[in-house]
Amino acid sequence: MEHVAALPAQAHVGETSTGLNSRKVLMWAFLGSDCMLFGSLIGTYLVYRGNYPSGPKPSDVFDIPYTSVSAFALLMSSLAMVLALAAIQRGDIRRLKIWLLCVAGLGLVFIGGQVYEFTTFGSEGLNLTTATFGSSFFTLTGFHGTHVTFGIVWLLMLWMLAARGQMTQARSLDVEIAGLYWHFVDIVWIIIFTVVYLIPAI
Amino acid sequence: MATIAAPVERRGLLARPVAPRGIWAWVTTVDAKQIGILYGATAFIFFLIGGTEALLMRTQLAVPNANVVGPGTFNALFTMHGTTMIFMVVMPLSAAFFNYIVPLQIGARDVAFPRLNAFSYWVFLSGGLLMHFGFLIQQVPDVGWFAYANLTENAFSQRGVDFWVVGLQVLGVGSLAAGFNFLVTIINLRAPGLTLMRMPLFTWTTFITSILIVLAFPVITIALVELMFDRLFGANFFNTANGGDPILWQHLFWVFGHPEVYILILPAMGIVSEIVPVFSRKPLFGYPFMVYAVASIAFLSFTVWAHHMFTTGLGPIAASFFAASTMLIAVPTGIKIFNWISTVYGGSVRLNTPHLFALGFIAMFTIGGLSGVMHASPPVDTQQQDTYFVVAHFHYVLFGGSVLALFGGIYYWFPKITGRFLGEGLGQLNFWLMMIGFNLTFGPMHFLGVDGMPRRIFTYPAEMGWGLWNLVSTIGAYAIGLSVLVFIANVSKSLRAGERAGSDPWDGRTLEWSISSPPPHYNFATIPVVHGRDAFWLEKYPELEGHAAAAPDERRDRTAAHDAGEAHGHIHVPDPSYWPIATAAGILVAGTGVLFAMPLLPVGLFVVLVGVVGWSMEPVNG
Ligand code: HEM
Ligand SMILES: [Cu+2]
Repeated sequence: MEHVAALPAQAHVGETSTGLNSRKVLMWAFLGSDCMLFGSLIGTYLVYRGNYPSGPKPSDVFDIPYTSVSAFALLMSSLAMVLALAAIQRGDIRRLKIWLLCVAGLGLVFIGGQVYEFTTFGSEGLNLTTATFGSSFFTLTGFHGTHVTFGIVWLLMLWMLAARGQMTQARSLDVEIAGLYWHFVDIVWIIIFTVVYLIPAI
Repeated sequence: MATIAAPVERRGLLARPVAPRGIWAWVTTVDAKQIGILYGATAFIFFLIGGTEALLMRTQLAVPNANVVGPGTFNALFTMHGTTMIFMVVMPLSAAFFNYIVPLQIGARDVAFPRLNAFSYWVFLSGGLLMHFGFLIQQVPDVGWFAYANLTENAFSQRGVDFWVVGLQVLGVGSLAAGFNFLVTIINLRAPGLTLMRMPLFTWTTFITSILIVLAFPVITIALVELMFDRLFGANFFNTANGGDPILWQHLFWVFGHPEVYILILPAMGIVSEIVPVFSRKPLFGYPFMVYAVASIAFLSFTVWAHHMFTTGLGPIAASFFAASTMLIAVPTGIKIFNWISTVYGGSVRLNTPHLFALGFIAMFTIGGLSGVMHASPPVDTQQQDTYFVVAHFHYVLFGGSVLALFGGIYYWFPKITGRFLGEGLGQLNFWLMMIGFNLTFGPMHFLGVDGMPRRIFTYPAEMGWGLWNLVSTIGAYAIGLSVLVFIANVSKSLRAGERAGSDPWDGRTLEWSISSPPPHYNFATIPVVHGRDAFWLEKYPELEGHAAAAPDERRDRTAAHDAGEAHGHIHVPDPSYWPIATAAGILVAGTGVLFAMPLLPVGLFVVLVGVVGWSMEPVNG
């Protein structure tokens, strides 16, 4: 819900005690909080990742090349996010719209990949109820996917505002804050991808 | 009220309500002062509910083999009592003061995100309601306030647990939203000159508490989500048949749970640190050490969680580490106690009701802290765990600590909030009845615990010899109940005909006393400039602090500007809004859906979505 308040223009315009914009500080605080959220999820996964008495084991289901491609798409979206911010800071609304769509599109590629992965795993016999490996895997990656989905909706809302001509250079902060969120979610995926997929495969 | 200098283009989904009256004013308010009153009133109602549950338990335990309530009901009573007191009484009562007092202490007109603030309150209320919906179908949570796995799995429990899981998640959302808000408010809305090391101690403890909320609540959220997935979708997090590990629940719960106890006590310590200097007419002794102590307590609170788990068999190394880190917390805590005592020492002490409560806090909290250090030692804790000794310990810190301080805070700030004093005679009666009743109730529990009486039992045989102290304890509990009635009488009397209090009835030290009682809607007509610690005291008595006497001019300016502000109404305060309560209502509906009828879940989420969109499209002013 915290993002909710991050959307409208700032209530207290102008000077703050630190000189930092309040909505930006809010986003940083939220990200700190979110670290604890993912920390707990990853901790749970680490406790349970070796427990698959009857169900498929990680190495049976994980397709690292496939997941690498979707991870790459998400990584590239961060690049597009940087370009979107640079565009609005220059006042280039046309490019802002392009890059925002790009970010959202790459995010959708990632989510599509996850949906496909989840269904494949399901058909191979791994789901939320298969031992604790299944429970913790789907909860962890599902939470991340929900974060990405939320980010996509947010970016599309910004794009809509831009399309209606309401995004100007003066509102670059709106894009910057969405960008902070997006980069964070991206970094979290790098950690999850490493911990869940890569390290066990070594 | 809220007036706008230039016309603002309104193109939200709904126009912002303009100067609503009566109930609508409360429903749509985004004014931190009104939200503070809402928090306080709601928390007090929950206090009466939780207190009634306590009295029922004490009635049942008064004599051996009593038959007032059965074992099942008793389980429900202690679960709801503990959960209510922690999440629906002490936390929101603290939040009431965050809301009312912190903006005044830092010289701000409101919090950083006024609508998010209203949202926090309505979500808190929704969570409290969801938690209590179990009473409607007689499926009340009955697995204890820390709901240990795997008792909470479907196989071993009934539907009551669902209400606990959903209610607590929603309460968590409200707490998080408030935590973020006060964190940003204190970072960013301080008046010019109000550097960190000049902030009043209550603002400091609010700040640190917000950090704890922001970092601790995500952990319980995940634990609750995992439990909910187990119960609703057949996941296996805590299902031992499929490899689930109940100890994981304990780790997650206490990684949250120990910081949580500091979330409960730090605001109380802040209140005491405000009251003691004012009624001793001395600056707080060792201010920087107080600040460092609060900060280090907060840091250490994340390193001690497994002291709740010594009996699970942590192994000698882990047990030693957690024992040592726990004992370490006694150091900053001791510093605070000595600083309060040193503040009183040599002061011109006035024993008005707020000060009595604050001094009572210091004494009772010290007792609770000492028994706490006792069970920091694993072998000792192994003896004490799950006995009445622990019940005695945590009531000395939670009631003797938090609740006494919060009552002190009410007596202290009531004149600011209402413009009237609470009665001093009834106040003294309130204090002494509560203090004596409290010690009668919980003192004997130390003996009972050492004598082996387990906690969470609904009755005991006469041969155990526990009858006498249990009877004393129950008598004490009724004395506490009486003291609460005295308090209610005092408040209702004062609201109608209390003695008028001026803007600065106690000769206060901090900025909230520099404006009228009750404060105007916009708090400060001109934002004050702070020249040192105890900003208002400095302004009143520059000669005492060896400062140049420039301040009085500034004061005159401020009063003049007050009138101007009133007359021209040029001060920007945020308009009320429908969206916070609408969005929170969506959460309530969604939660109800999970509990009673799944089809309501998407409906609720849709309302949340509409709420969020409407909220973000709403024109913002001021
Ligand atoms: C009004 C005075 C109070 C009385 C008479 C009272 C009495 C009790 C009793 C009899 C129990 C059950 C002990 C057991 O069977 O194990 C209990 C548990 C508890 N109380 Fe209180 N209490 C009071 C106030 C408070 C306050 C103000 C707080 C917190 C701020 C609090 C927090 C708790 C907690 C956390 C538990 C543990 C619940 C559990 O075992 O899950 N109590 N109390
Ligand atoms: Cu603890």
